Amino acid sequence: MSIFLNENSKVIVQGMTGSEGMKHTSRMLASGTAIVGGVNPRKAGTSVDFDGTSVPVFGSVADAMKETGADVSVIFVPPPFAKGAAIEAVDAQIGLAVIITEGIPVHDSTYVWAHAQGGATRIIGPNCPGLISPGRSNAGIIPANITKQGKIGLVSKSGTLTYQMMYELRDLGFSTAVGIGGDPVIGTTHIDCLEAFEADPETEAIVMIGEIGGDAEERAADFIKANVTKPVVGYVAGFTAPEGKTMGHAGAIVSGSAGTAQAKQEALEAAGVRVGKTPSETARLMREIIAG
Amino acid sequence: MDLFEYQARDLLASHGVPVLPGGVAETPEQAEAIAREIGQTVVVKAQVKVGGRGKAGGVKLADNPEDAKARAQDILGLDIKGHITHKVMVAQASDIAEEYYFSYLLDRSNRTFLAMASVEGGMEIEQLAVERPEALARIPVDASVGVDAAKAAEIVDAAGFAPEVRDQVIAIAISLWEVFTKEDATLVEINPLAKAPDGTVLALDAKVTLDENAGFRQEAHAALEDAAAADPLEAAAKEKDLNYVKLEGEVGIIGNGAGLVMSTLDVVAYAGEEFGGVRPANFLDIGGGASAEVMANGLGIILSDPAVKSVFVNVFGGITACDAVANGIVAALQQLGDQATKPLVVRLDGNNVEEGRRILADANHPLVTVVDTMDGAARRAAELAAA
Repeated sequence: MSIFLNENSKVIVQGMTGSEGMKHTSRMLASGTAIVGGVNPRKAGTSVDFDGTSVPVFGSVADAMKETGADVSVIFVPPPFAKGAAIEAVDAQIGLAVIITEGIPVHDSTYVWAHAQGGATRIIGPNCPGLISPGRSNAGIIPANITKQGKIGLVSKSGTLTYQMMYELRDLGFSTAVGIGGDPVIGTTHIDCLEAFEADPETEAIVMIGEIGGDAEERAADFIKANVTKPVVGYVAGFTAPEGKTMGHAGAIVSGSAGTAQAKQEALEAAGVRVGKTPSETARLMREIIAG
Repeated sequence: MDLFEYQARDLLASHGVPVLPGGVAETPEQAEAIAREIGQTVVVKAQVKVGGRGKAGGVKLADNPEDAKARAQDILGLDIKGHITHKVMVAQASDIAEEYYFSYLLDRSNRTFLAMASVEGGMEIEQLAVERPEALARIPVDASVGVDAAKAAEIVDAAGFAPEVRDQVIAIAISLWEVFTKEDATLVEINPLAKAPDGTVLALDAKVTLDENAGFRQEAHAALEDAAAADPLEAAAKEKDLNYVKLEGEVGIIGNGAGLVMSTLDVVAYAGEEFGGVRPANFLDIGGGASAEVMANGLGIILSDPAVKSVFVNVFGGITACDAVANGIVAALQQLGDQATKPLVVRLDGNNVEEGRRILADANHPLVTVVDTMDGAARRAAELAAA
């Protein structure tokens, strides 16, 4: 098992014919993902060749789903059009929409979130690397050759810290790694992933990576205390970030005393989570747990 | 991006929120001219992006234009909590019968917008929220629905506005929602929203925060940036589209990915404790690509910072493999030539890491040390900065 994404997932790509879409569709295919179509209303009816694999282009998400049975969409559409693309995916009731696009205005992502309430679509992102269930399927831009299938679940706000942690623990392997994104408003949260990993029989232990800004980590800590029986190790980035400065991710900002790394670490530790001082130390803590 | 009060006021006025006549001045003479035009008692207010300016002597009444000039003279140049006053706003003074509060903001935790309103304005809203939470109405606003007349009335009534001001505040609530959405703001706050003795309700002070991600559809916003206040290195980095934040330490940092760079700063600060408290000098995320050109631009900025004593290049080769990154570093050092004068500690991990390390070893640049682990490299960079 894995969470949100498995070997039966049929993936379409919105924005497949753009440069980022082409590059990463090719990579997803190479890692064995079942890419069943692309979406571009201006190129409907055509197909794109990826090293001998022909991928059909559909005019809409709904058409692609009808023709292929797709249940996952990965969105590479640029910021001015990303809101429309996400709404289209939600309205077509696709099961999972992964929004990779960075730089979407927060009014747009908040609108999409409100619009998706009560619907059938789980949203991951925006401004995220997507998710991978190694050896099964890869929906997004996480490099597939870092590690293999295994028993660790990973949820992270940061892309490169996701890769770093997968690399540190590459001999152990992962059930699923989810990059939930660094924007102030995102679809799937740490809590959603923790809940899914707790329910996933294959996942034995969980790494949770957070960063400054907002209170998602504190809320996740409360959730862990009440609901998670599997061991969790944590890491929080941004102890040295000054107040009021955005550190790369639009959501990574300390406002007054809110959103500090210190508060997040304390909340996680109070919930029984072992928190590493560095990514490598966090990986060591996970090894201790796996070794029993 | 946080706006100055005068910018926020202009933005509110352009969407129909009532404000008092006024203008912004950079010299005492300009302040005098604005006061003369207004023709009655004015208030001269320091334009700084920090609270508590009244207590710091940054807000003064002036009865006539000469007085306004003198007050502006006092306030211009004033240091308010580390913010130097470069501009003052001169606005018509108003007697205040009652003070209220009204705002819209992004509620991150609940992934929605929030309206907050109170008939007890004038104090810091954080203080009101703690001391008298029942006096502050908090009404979620569905982003896919927005604020119409009925929603505005719901907010205004929840806050308990009196019948004689209710319609005016509802109209302001609708106009302010227009500011919030049409300008891609994450915060619009009027504090105080005031009732003048004649019963007119108007915005006397305002705060606005704009979403920089919306720049592609908010072309006018670029002009609102406070270029004068930007750190010169940050300004230079911005010109090259680099994601750079100046910090106070000695170890220059370059990495790829916001999370990894934030983590790098922490690991350096942690390692620096052993070496007399050496700290990171900056945040610089060169993104997933890490091309030679971007690497050269980034190194150029960092090496031009006189506070930097050593540089830590921390790259995880994910999408871009380590050999490409290593070639980028070598090419960047070649491009920089004699400008590269400080020791570089490089840590590469990820795809094709052996090839990447081999390229750096072959280049054998006298300034470059390759360390295999992030923690070890941070320690070495801190040690070099302390030497």
